[in-house]
Amino acid sequence: MSEVDVRNFTINFGPVHPSAHGVLRMILELDGELVERVDPHVGLLHRGTEKLIEYKTYLQALPYFDRLDYVAPMNQEHAFALAVERMLGIEVPRRGQLIRVLYAEIGRLLAHLMNVTTQAMDIGALTPPLWGFEQREKLMVFYERASGARMHAAYFRPGGVHQDLPQSLIDDIGIFCEEFTQALDDIDTLLTENRIFKQRNVDIGVVPLEEAWGRGFSGVMVRASGAAWDLRKSQPYDAYAEMDFDIPTGSNGDCYDRYLVRMEEMRQANKIMKQCVQKLSAPEGQGPVSSVDGKVVPPKRGEMKQSMEALIHHFKLYTEGYKVPAGDIYAAVEAPKGEFGVYIVSDGTNKPYRCHIRAPGFAHLSAMDWLCRGHMLADVTAILGSIDIVFGEVDR
Amino acid sequence: MTDTVETAEPVAQVHPLEALGQHIAMSLGESVLSFEMGFGDLTVSVRRESIVEVVTFLRDDSRCRFIAFVDVCGADYPAREYRFDVVYHFLSPHLNQRIRVRLEADEATPVPSICDVFPGANWFEREAYDLYGVLFSGHPDLRRILTDYGFDGHPLRKDFPLTGFVEVRYDEARRRVVYEPVALAQEFRSFDYLSPWEGTDYVLPGDEKAKN
Repeated sequence: MSEVDVRNFTINFGPVHPSAHGVLRMILELDGELVERVDPHVGLLHRGTEKLIEYKTYLQALPYFDRLDYVAPMNQEHAFALAVERMLGIEVPRRGQLIRVLYAEIGRLLAHLMNVTTQAMDIGALTPPLWGFEQREKLMVFYERASGARMHAAYFRPGGVHQDLPQSLIDDIGIFCEEFTQALDDIDTLLTENRIFKQRNVDIGVVPLEEAWGRGFSGVMVRASGAAWDLRKSQPYDAYAEMDFDIPTGSNGDCYDRYLVRMEEMRQANKIMKQCVQKLSAPEGQGPVSSVDGKVVPPKRGEMKQSMEALIHHFKLYTEGYKVPAGDIYAAVEAPKGEFGVYIVSDGTNKPYRCHIRAPGFAHLSAMDWLCRGHMLADVTAILGSIDIVFGEVDR
Repeated sequence: MTDTVETAEPVAQVHPLEALGQHIAMSLGESVLSFEMGFGDLTVSVRRESIVEVVTFLRDDSRCRFIAFVDVCGADYPAREYRFDVVYHFLSPHLNQRIRVRLEADEATPVPSICDVFPGANWFEREAYDLYGVLFSGHPDLRRILTDYGFDGHPLRKDFPLTGFVEVRYDEARRRVVYEPVALAQEFRSFDYLSPWEGTDYVLPGDEKAKN
């Protein structure tokens, strides 16, 4: 027997694999333990969000954004709210902007805590998720105290936010920020210098910067490759311009650098949150939380009982909604996973004619084949963990 | 003296994106049909056949450097001759500017794929194909991406009903998931909430008498 029939081995990863981070099915073509080709099959969580939004008024469309990246719901709402505000040409009062920044950073903590710790779990560490999720639980309580819901908040609305925050909540967030530094340091000691963690992550899934841009990467994926690019700095929205924070960057673009960037971003997010708490507690931080333009933001219930004008506005806004000037717009925010963009085409009516959702995870996952080629089978989960995928936004 | 004032004034007023649009239109000649500004975004309309050339120029030209791929998506306007828009978004981290490139397509004429210029466009073009049925020529792997295996139709087209055509359920007797035509317990209701006081074009029964 001179010739041996060598053939590649094809395995099916997922769709319900614990480290697939949701419902991802990947067809892996293996040569021994080397990955030759990866074919991710997505869409198992496709709900037709974009189609549904075309049939809803602008305000009714908003809650769909919570259900995209459900790890950091408010960051998605933020993009949609910014897009609609820019089309309507309305300004959000400062307190509303500060609350949005505060909650967008809470979202960033939620997402990064989830990602960093579950990535550790994917490669064998069980303790970090337990520690991380303890903190996430506290953050979700802040979500609940602001909006009434732990996840599907529908809190950022075009024009501002839905409700004002009570001072006690702001104070509690301030206390959390002080304590969180210690919790983050604890996770840091578990992972950063951990020998196994480093062996599994260093030099795995290296992304050169040129390649990162061309593949539509954004957020942590380009920062870990060395670009100090952050929409919060370069194209500031809401109150980010007045915040003092740094953009961490990596130099190698591997899984380990992405982990380090996320850890540092959590520290920076905590710093931004502290500034927000301080600004919201100051006298200059008081005032309305949403636009006072009655043609866009519905009046408060108490006001509705007193004023005929408010009653009419309330009725009109919850039936007809508001009309948005015709045209198209692309608005993006620096979501925890990268650039989350919303492209809206308005035909001048009360419903979007077209609403395209540009999810960062979709672009990142599309590079999975390129990232994994030549790596070992075990690296696939490390890479998948480090590109931070949530299927709510990939499949839409 | 007066001459310098006259030339200086319009230059000072031109928005940097507007100037960029002029530069792109000048450099690419016939490939660019028009460019416009709206809500602070620059939109360039291009000829369908020259999209690869336009995108390569945007990426490589020293005054553009739109090296970051952002997005490709479709949009449907059934009343038009070429019913689809394909909309591209790019980002220039050097200029800190965004650009939108738009072209028109229909069900039959393929759009050249930009995958060779921006590998990130791969899945986005697949998505546009899946949801709208826009064809991309030269695409390495034009398969459906978001819809179900064996799905029929292009769900984001305006003539595709919101409820779809098939529904799935788990059949206890056959012990597998079965596909069935959609059966609505109640007729699909689409309310027109637009104010009857302005902007309607329908005639209420009896209205014609009032006019006569």
